[in-house]
Parts: sequence; structure tokens; C-alpha cells
Amino acid sequence: MPFPRASGIGRKLLLLGLCLAVLSLLSGCAALVPQTTVIPKTDAARKIQDLYVLTFWLAVLVFIGTQGGLVWILWRYRARPGHELPPQTHGNTVLEVGWTIAPAVVLVILAVPTIRTIFELETPPTVSANGMPPLVVEVTGKQWWWEFKYPEYKQPDGTELTTANEMIVPVGRTVVLHISSDNVIHSFWVPQLTGKIDAIPNHHNELWFTPEEAGQYFGQCAEYCGVQHAQMRMNVIAMNPPEFQAWVQRASNPAIPENTQLAIDGATAFQQNGCAGCHTIAGTSAAGQVGPNLSHIGSRTMIAASIMPNTDENLARWLRNPQEVKPGSGMPLLNLRPQDIDALVEYLHSLK
Amino acid sequence: MAVTIPRPAAPAAPVQAAPEYGTLPSYRGFLSWLTTVDHKRIGILYGCTAFAFFLLGGVEALMIRIQLATPNGTFVSPDAFNQLFTMHGTTMIFLFVMPMSVAFFNYIVPLQIGAPDVAFPRLNAFSYWTFLFGGIFMNASYFVDGLPDGGWFGYVPLTGPIYSPSMRIDFWMLGLQVLGVASLAGAFNFLVTIINMRAPGMSLMRMPIFTWNTLITSFLLIFAFPSITVGLILMMFDRFFGTNFYYAPNGGDPLLWQHLFWIFGHPEVYILILPAMGMVSEILPVFSKKPLFGYPFVVYATVAIGFIGFGVWSHHMFTTGLGPIANAFFAASTMLIAVPTGVKIFNWMFTMQGGAIRFTTAMLFAIGFVSMFTIGGLSGVMHAVVPIDMQHQDSYFVVAHFHYVLFGGAIFGILGGIHFWWPKFTGTMLSEKLGKWTFWLVFVGFNLTFGPMHFLGVDGMPRRIYTYSTFQGWSGWFGYDWLGWNMICTIGAFIIAIGILTFIYNAFHSLMGPKNAPNDPWDAATLEWSLPSPPPVYNFRVDPVVRSRDAWWSWKRRRQAVEAGENVATVTLAGHELGHVEFEEDHPSEEYLAQEANFTHGDPSTVHIPNPSFFPLIAALGLVTMAVGMIFSYVLAVVGFLYLIVAIGGWAMEPTG
Repeated sequence: MPFPRASGIGRKLLLLGLCLAVLSLLSGCAALVPQTTVIPKTDAARKIQDLYVLTFWLAVLVFIGTQGGLVWILWRYRARPGHELPPQTHGNTVLEVGWTIAPAVVLVILAVPTIRTIFELETPPTVSANGMPPLVVEVTGKQWWWEFKYPEYKQPDGTELTTANEMIVPVGRTVVLHISSDNVIHSFWVPQLTGKIDAIPNHHNELWFTPEEAGQYFGQCAEYCGVQHAQMRMNVIAMNPPEFQAWVQRASNPAIPENTQLAIDGATAFQQNGCAGCHTIAGTSAAGQVGPNLSHIGSRTMIAASIMPNTDENLARWLRNPQEVKPGSGMPLLNLRPQDIDALVEYLHSLK
Repeated sequence: MAVTIPRPAAPAAPVQAAPEYGTLPSYRGFLSWLTTVDHKRIGILYGCTAFAFFLLGGVEALMIRIQLATPNGTFVSPDAFNQLFTMHGTTMIFLFVMPMSVAFFNYIVPLQIGAPDVAFPRLNAFSYWTFLFGGIFMNASYFVDGLPDGGWFGYVPLTGPIYSPSMRIDFWMLGLQVLGVASLAGAFNFLVTIINMRAPGMSLMRMPIFTWNTLITSFLLIFAFPSITVGLILMMFDRFFGTNFYYAPNGGDPLLWQHLFWIFGHPEVYILILPAMGMVSEILPVFSKKPLFGYPFVVYATVAIGFIGFGVWSHHMFTTGLGPIANAFFAASTMLIAVPTGVKIFNWMFTMQGGAIRFTTAMLFAIGFVSMFTIGGLSGVMHAVVPIDMQHQDSYFVVAHFHYVLFGGAIFGILGGIHFWWPKFTGTMLSEKLGKWTFWLVFVGFNLTFGPMHFLGVDGMPRRIYTYSTFQGWSGWFGYDWLGWNMICTIGAFIIAIGILTFIYNAFHSLMGPKNAPNDPWDAATLEWSLPSPPPVYNFRVDPVVRSRDAWWSWKRRRQAVEAGENVATVTLAGHELGHVEFEEDHPSEEYLAQEANFTHGDPSTVHIPNPSFFPLIAALGLVTMAVGMIFSYVLAVVGFLYLIVAIGGWAMEPTG
């Protein structure tokens, strides 16, 4: 025997610990893995995480127990030369009863906090920690982007503040999402905020969470919804209350485009190339309802359903051929002239 | 207590020449495979066809892994990717694991229960041809309109007429219906076979454990398939005739499909795993040289899994907003099903405990099953915790979980079963050396492929995405985009592929070699090992008489006692002296005598062997013609239906010999 048994187990434990350390390092850095499920940033996500930690360690215990036992049995009872027929044991009722009850006990330990947390996550608090009622955001899954409406905030024309793919929420105030779909089934999932829930036609689902610190949180559709399911992403920016109020103020009024010739050409191109048929820009005659609302596209950090940074180059690339970036996307190849693309980029990026 | 009982000599009967495969005209040539109703040949047909689909599904998996190895993959288009994962899942479930299990049912169950064939041999052939045509039909979609692309779960409204106007979903939907007919016919066949055709003395609690698993699986199939059949019929009406069962704007409900699908879909998981559990429960005792530990408890656990398996379906729908009461109920029922599953795992471990474990290839796969399935079970319990499932649902954590159950479980079991029963199927021995290469390659590749998927899921990677971005962090370490988990998964997948290729080489190599497999190469316990490898057409010369569980094992032990000269009782049958037997009680060892008679002295010419028939094949063609007709022309569908009626009529009138 090359190693005494104790050090064998010690080595295994060391290896396991090493693996866990690497794992926690990996998942530990939300900047590197922005959709991690194990670094909660809200009260709701924290409830899930607490349950996950309990379950994880219970599973590790059972894992070590069963796999360790298995390996020991394999080693101890391997056939050796000259082995006679082993005793023909047929069973043991005490053992059977024991290993029926023991897992049941472990599962009860798990079931009690599970059911409690199910009910806790089901009912959003009626009053936020900061004393305000929860902020309601209406979320609609589209093929393949997200629409967010804020019934609490109205634009001058009386319509709700509407944005797409980038949701802005205040830190410290509970947010309740009303989630549905008017097409196929999607699933809203921003892991650091809370678990996912499906957006189903004719069904009304809710999620709630209270952001605990300012930051940008990434997520994406989790229910297969067609050819561009992979690029139906979104991000949520949590702002401290003053910044949030400033954002509401800005976002519920039409953006004022830059007064340069290029931007003015862009506004014209927007009308002439059919963009307005699908997109809305508040304060203009563009009122299309098919694609994402572009009223303040210039202030968004990401474009094309949160798949790439909102730079001039990326927007130009998107306008040049959306079907190359997102094959099957609802945005058609418009064969825009290069000068129109430049003008559109200038115009859209001035809508802040 | 030992009593010596003299046996009267039986009247001498002339020993007749046994009809062998080579001497029966209906067992020669290509046509004989089209018309065969022999359960062993149908088993081989099932096995070869299912394995071919396994390779197809495997190639689809490799293409998926190439696409996902790096961010922004360009190996396939998004549309092609969606077709690939849809058909990978559909193929592996409906065209590989299920029919491969049926292959084992076919070949093994009649031999284990001492029967000459299944109860309905022609229906058995019909099942096979329907399965084959259904599988070809579904994949033929590729040449018409591209492969189906709605996911193996086919959620509406995405698979409805508005969002999937092409014919792809039609092929998928009708293909599943055809395959469902094959599965149901097979399930009824095995149910009746096991209930009615067991050898004298084989009570239910003496039945081999694999046969038990076949029985429970048949019940599950019979109760689960009607649900998806109804669901698919509603889908067909929505797609072809403009109804609104699932169409939300006109008052339909997309969740109806999910309920109908998962009421089928969760028992389906047990339909996939129970046969493999049965195989493992046969392999572990043989290579531990001990009987299965806690046989009655393993049986009860299997029955319990079958029952509870119908009460957990909504754990696939925890994120659809069913409400806290329903979620709490299904969380509890899902945790409950872990108890009988755990009982099985402990019994398997204690089967090996105290034994003399031989690490053959079959045994390695069976041990791998116990180990890997336990991991899949643990992650399964994690999903029963609804709040955790809200994070893990539809993420790669789930992909990891069900591959540990279905690959580490079902496929390890099947590979173990293939290596275990190969001598019986083919009369040749596989190379153990190559077999061990197969196991270790598959085992290491499997864990490299699916282990890291746990981490990807925890890192928030959703399923069914054809691409991802570098900044999402699933392709590298600490900001360096190099050898991330996704790349490791892909490398693992290719290691599995090499392992499978090793097996294929091993199989061909052994088939080319001499047919020298002994009857009982592993010193096994069940009746199939009392027969030649491969068994003759008629299986048993006379009905074996069963006096205990593990009938063949106990017979062999008695024979050893005889050869050792313990106690003296001269026993003769048909004028031959059989030896000296120790009889433990007042029963003369009928079992012993019958076994001995079986492969030496019985008269097989009296065993009823059903005639070959073209009608199963002809009728199956009618069914698939109806499916083709539903897509292209209702006239053809009606023609197919009438043709099917005529074929069934001919079948009914055919003399059975």
C-alpha cells in the first residue's frame, strides 16, 4: 500500500478544499462573472443564497459519505486470489429502515426552510425599508428584447415612462416586477437581483427585490424563445436615490438631440428609412411599437438587447447589418447609405 | 435437513435434433430479418438501430460543443444550433435510451423468465418497425425544411403555428406520436409477457430484478404516454386546423401544454433510468459474487419511484408562477422521491459490501452508475428547493444535473449492460482490455464534460444559447479568455467520443473473432445464463422450474455439491444418470432436474415457435404514411389509414402456424 489510508483521505480533503477555493475565487468576482448566482446584491437574492449555502453543504456531506463509503467498499472487498465464495447475505431489515429514515430526516431539515422561503419570496413587502411603497416596473418579454414600463412615472403626453433592455432602479426601495409576454414564453433572470420567473402570455408573474448597492447587474432570457434566445439579454442599473430621481426627470421628458447638421440629418434619416415604423422616440412623430423604445438610447450603456457596449462603432455596425450581428432578429437589413449611418449614430447617441 | 431420496427413472424418450438458426429457412437471409418475430432478433434490431441513433445524437452533441467551446462561436448558425440541441435531446431520449432499453427488454426478459418468446411476437415486430419509421420520419425533416427546432420539450406558443410556421415542428410532433404508438405497443407486450409467461415457480418476488424494472417501466409507459399523446393532438389541432388550445390571445393557455408534457415528461425520466437501474442491479451482484442486498426493498423502492414519479411533474415548472402552495407541494413530493432512490443506492453499495468484487468492464460501468447517479441525485434534490431552482432552472446547472442522471446513470447502465450481456447476444467475448479503455475514457470524458457545467450554471449561463460574450466570463479565468469551463467541456466531449469509438472497435473486433463465448462466462445468477450463447431459436427445451430467486445461481451451487460428492442420490432422467444430489427437504430437486434436462435432454420440437410475418412491417408503413399525409396531403393520410386497416385485417387473418 503506497499511502496509509488516513493520508489518502487527507489528500482527498485537501484536493476538495482546493477545488472549493478555486470555485469560490472564480464565482467570487462578480466583475469577471457578471451573471453569477452566488453573490447576491438584494434582500431576495440573499434569501436564496442562504438556502443554497445550507443545501450545498448538506450535499457535500452526503457526497463525501456515499462516495467515500463506495470507494472504501471497492478497496476493502476487491476480489483477491484464493478468495472463497463470500457469505451470501440477503439483506438486513434494520439497515433498510435506517437508510429510509436517515435521508428523510435530512430532507425534512431541507424542506422546512425551503417552504418558508417559498412563501417569503412570493409576497413582496408592502412598504420598502425606506418607507416608500414598492416601485412597480412592468416587464414584457419580446422576441428578442425586453420592454420596461414605469406606471408611476408619466411622460408629458400622459404615457408611461418606457425603456428597453436597461432597467434603472433605486437603491433601498423595493422593486416589484410585473412580468408577462405578448408573444412566446420568456424568462426574466438577473441572477444577482433574484431568481428567475417566466414571462408567459395571459399570465401575470411577479418578482421583487430591494437593491442594496449601486451598480450594474446583467441577466438574460432563460427560457428558449426562438432563434435569438441567446442574445436576449438585459441589464439593471441600481442608482442611489438622488441619481435615480435625476434619471426619472430626464427619462420622462423627450430628449433634446444635439443641434449639429449631422444629428439633424440623422433625425431625417430616421424618418425616411422607415425606422419610425417600428421605434418610438418621445417628442417626435416616431411612434412605432414593434421594436425597442429609443427615446433615450444615447444614455444606455448597451445596445441590441444588452449584447454589446453602446459605442459609435457598435451602433454603426448594428445599423449596417443587424442580421450579421443577430441573425433572425426583427430588425431588418435596411441597406443604409454610409452617410446615413453616420448621421443616425450621431442623432441616436445625442438622445440622452 | 438433508434427506436422500431415490428418484424413479423417467421413461426414456428419443432426443430429437434441435432446430437451430442455420437449419430453419425462416432464419436465413435478409428477408428473414424483415419478417422476424423472434424476440432475440428484434432485440438485436432494436439495439443496432438505437445505437445508430446514439451516434447521430452524439455527433449533434459534438457540434454543439464545438460551437460553444469559445465565445462568439461561428461553427454553426443560430438556426442550425437550435435544430441541433432540439434533435440531440429528442434523439437521445426517444431514439436511443428508450429503444436501447427495449432492446434489452426484448432479448433478456423472455430468457430471464424462462419463456420461449414475448406474449405477442408480431406486435413486438410492429413496435420495432414503427419505432424505426418514426425515427427516420422525424429526421427526414432535415431534407424537407430543416430539423425540428422547438426544443425537445416543444413549449407553445413557440411551437405553435404563428411562431413556427415551417414544417419542422409538424415532423417533430407527428414523429413523437408514431414513436408513442411503438412504445405503448411494446409496453403492453412486456406487461402481458411478464405477468403471464413466467416459468413455473417464478413468483413475482422470485423474478429477476431486471424483469421487475421492465415491468414497472411498462406500467409507467402505459400511464405516462397518454398525456403527451393528448398534448400532441391538441398541438396538431392548433397547427393544422386553427384551434386555440394553446393560443393565448384567443383564450388558450400555454401552460396547459407544459402540464400535459411534464405529466408525461417526469415519469419519462424514470422510464429512461429504471431499465438501467435494473441492469446495474443484475451486474453488481454477479461481480460481487453475492445476491442483491435487500431484494424486496429494492423492488418496493422501484414501485415507490413509479408511483411518486407521477406526482412531481410541476418541479419542471417552478418558475412558471404556479403559486406558493403548488410549489411547496411539489418541492415536498420531489424530495420524497429521493428516499426510495437513496434506498436503492444503499442496497447497491451493500451488495458489494462483503463481496469479492471483480472489476470487469461491465462492473466498472455499474459502479460508475452508482457513483455518478448519486451526484445527479444530489443536484436533483437541490432543484427540489424551489428558491434555488429559481436560480438554477434553465441554466447549465440543470444540464449538468440531468446528464449525471441520464448519461452517468442511464447510459453508464446501458454500456454496462452491453458489456455484460454481449456474450449472450453474440456468442463472442469482448476484449476486457479494450473495454477498460472504453470505461476510463468515457468516465473521464464524462466528468470533464458535465462536471464543469455545474460551475457554468452557478455562474449564470443559461441553456440553449448558441453563443455568449467574452465579458460574461464563461470562457476564461480571471479575465484571461483561455481554457475556460466551456472549452474543458468540449475537450471532455471528444474524450467521450474516443471512448465510444473504442467500444465500436472492440465490438467489431469481437464479432470478427471466433464464436467461443461460454454459456455462463461471468458465473451469473439468472436463467439466461443457463442457455448457450447465443441461445437457440426456441430458448428453453422445456420450461425451467424455478424454486428460488437467482434460479440459475442456486442450481449451479447444487451441482457443485453433486460434483463434490456430497450426499448420495443417484438421479436419472430420460435414461441418463444425472449424478448425485443432496436434497434439502422433501422436494426432490425438480429445478435441478429441469435445468439439466433443459440444455441436454429436452425435446425442443414441441416448443411453439411463431411463424415469421410481413404484416408488422406492412402495418407500420401505414402508420408512417398517415403521418406523412398529415403534413403534405390529407388524401394521403386517409389512404394511409385505409391501408393500415387492411394491413391489420390481413394480420388478423394470417395463420400463426
